[in-house]
Amino acid sequence: MTDTLLFTNIDEPGLNTIDVYLARGGYEQLGRALKMEREDLITELSGSGLRGRGGAGFPMGRKASFIPKGDMQKYVVCNADESEPGTFKDRELIQKNPHQLIEGLIIAAYAIDATINYIYIRGEYDQQADILDAAIAEARERGFLGEKILGSDFSVQLELSRGAGAYICGEETGLLDSLEGKRGNPRLKPPFPANEGLFNGPTLINNVETLSAIPSIIKLGAEGYAAIGVKDSSGTKLVSISGNVERPGNYEIELGTSSRELIYDLAGGPVDGRAIKCWFPGGSSTPVLTADDLDIGYDYDSIAAAGSMLGSGAIIVVDETQSVVELAYKLAKFYSHESCGKCTPCREGTAWTFHMVERIKEGTATPMDLDIMAAVQEQIIGHCLCVLGDAMAMPIGSLIAKFRDEFEAEIETNRNERERKLAEEFAAAEVEIEGISA
Amino acid sequence: MADAQRHVARFTNDSRIPGWDRAADLTKEPAVVPDAATTEVPAELRAAIEDAVRRFPVGDSAFIPALYAVQEQYGWCSPEGIEQAASVLARTPAALTAVATFYDMFRMEPLGRKTVYVCTNISCSLCGADELLEALEAELGEAPDVHIRGFECLGACDIAPMASVNGIYVGPIGLDQVPELARQIVAGDDPLPAKQLIKRPCADPKVAEK
Repeated sequence: MTDTLLFTNIDEPGLNTIDVYLARGGYEQLGRALKMEREDLITELSGSGLRGRGGAGFPMGRKASFIPKGDMQKYVVCNADESEPGTFKDRELIQKNPHQLIEGLIIAAYAIDATINYIYIRGEYDQQADILDAAIAEARERGFLGEKILGSDFSVQLELSRGAGAYICGEETGLLDSLEGKRGNPRLKPPFPANEGLFNGPTLINNVETLSAIPSIIKLGAEGYAAIGVKDSSGTKLVSISGNVERPGNYEIELGTSSRELIYDLAGGPVDGRAIKCWFPGGSSTPVLTADDLDIGYDYDSIAAAGSMLGSGAIIVVDETQSVVELAYKLAKFYSHESCGKCTPCREGTAWTFHMVERIKEGTATPMDLDIMAAVQEQIIGHCLCVLGDAMAMPIGSLIAKFRDEFEAEIETNRNERERKLAEEFAAAEVEIEGISA
Repeated sequence: MADAQRHVARFTNDSRIPGWDRAADLTKEPAVVPDAATTEVPAELRAAIEDAVRRFPVGDSAFIPALYAVQEQYGWCSPEGIEQAASVLARTPAALTAVATFYDMFRMEPLGRKTVYVCTNISCSLCGADELLEALEAELGEAPDVHIRGFECLGACDIAPMASVNGIYVGPIGLDQVPELARQIVAGDDPLPAKQLIKRPCADPKVAEK
């Protein structure tokens, strides 16, 4: 394993303050980047192979190259609305090393010539937002933000904006609407934010981890960074491992490491030596994988080949004692609550799915319900402005496909249980119905 | 006031558009910007909103910080607070209410100021979050000025099951610690100091090696 990049010195006391960060070589890469031509800088970012760490995995340099040149006001927006269930990596980066993020963001802003920039952090991260606010103030004080920074011609502003509790604001266009002071409804694409984003200006939106990786890329050079990891998945990645494991937490890994190594060696595997029933490889929005998939490498393409997605890099481990119906219930409840309601397939589909899982739990479902539920999932996928609906449909669809027996067994058990209770009630009330007896 | 809390079912299947199940106050003239000359605004609320406008000068970007300021002032996004914010921002109260009802952290009813969110999403529920929420709710009972609710993933699955007490993340919380935590919440004390996320070292062994 290579050395840490993102997590270097992460637990050093005071790293969140600018003095300690500077003493560890902080903001040196910004100085180097400012001496480069903008085009060379974008070439460097593209050459590193860095793929977006927020979930979609789109190459970061290519995204930056889409930003049109010209005199119009451009923006960099950092997506710190980390709300994908199971994901908590950005939180640790912001809390312990906020200047690394700020430095990376200023370099990205310089690359596309964006003079006004925002970090949108979820409202629940109150303590982290305070730390970031203080760090931005320090950077401003020391001249890393403001007019003509470090003797260059580049002037740059950065503001922190706090969300107020909405999962959908992690979707990039929902985030832009929220940043503009509206309800966080996703927009129709195209136009993509690179052409028409915040306040209709060209906007580069990147995740906290993506921007935090930029100083390392400048330091190592594109080739040096691309040498880490595997083909088309370069660099290191933070994985948040949680659920039924001994040692949940964030781990910085080289992409391509085997999934078994992550779950068992790093996170200690399930407690009491239990077996793994299934695991989400990239947050709760990704199709589940099973114990049979543990030996695949943890990188974008290998996980995709196994039928899922690397997503935000959040592994949720579910052990054999858990019920898949309960899992589906939690998923459907969450996504139906978080649907913004703009597109019918998502608004209705998530609510329908939730009710159908509820029926299974109540004992009123029939085996046919599973087919209807699976069909509803298929009708959501690809039919909405954003992927929130898909984010429920894919894991639930995969749960039904992979654990159909268990769903059927639970439908049967709960139905029998309900009928037994009803019969008891009828008997107690001395009601006689033909065909039903206590 | 009663009108503001009335529930109106808009969709038969319980599907939802956040905030659309709230009744509008039909006795009021819609879409009127409150008169800045006659609307009295507490000085600190005005200062907070004007600061937000300075930091976010374009369009309505100051809406969310303004709503936070209203909530800070009144304990919830009360109709009078929204009216006052609207007068400072020169927008209609409806524009602000439409935004406020979208977001889970804005309280549209006078609930307690001591906010406790218990994460009940997947990772936390795999580790017993539903039992935690139930126990904490039972322990807190009808404690005054406390607002407890289950919440979407709070981004702290490494300390599952966890809770956010006035923005301070604590966990993992054992059921045996619930009485102590409840007492601290009611008293306004620092919640479970030894279990606060902010003090937790990184899990990665490569970090500890150095």
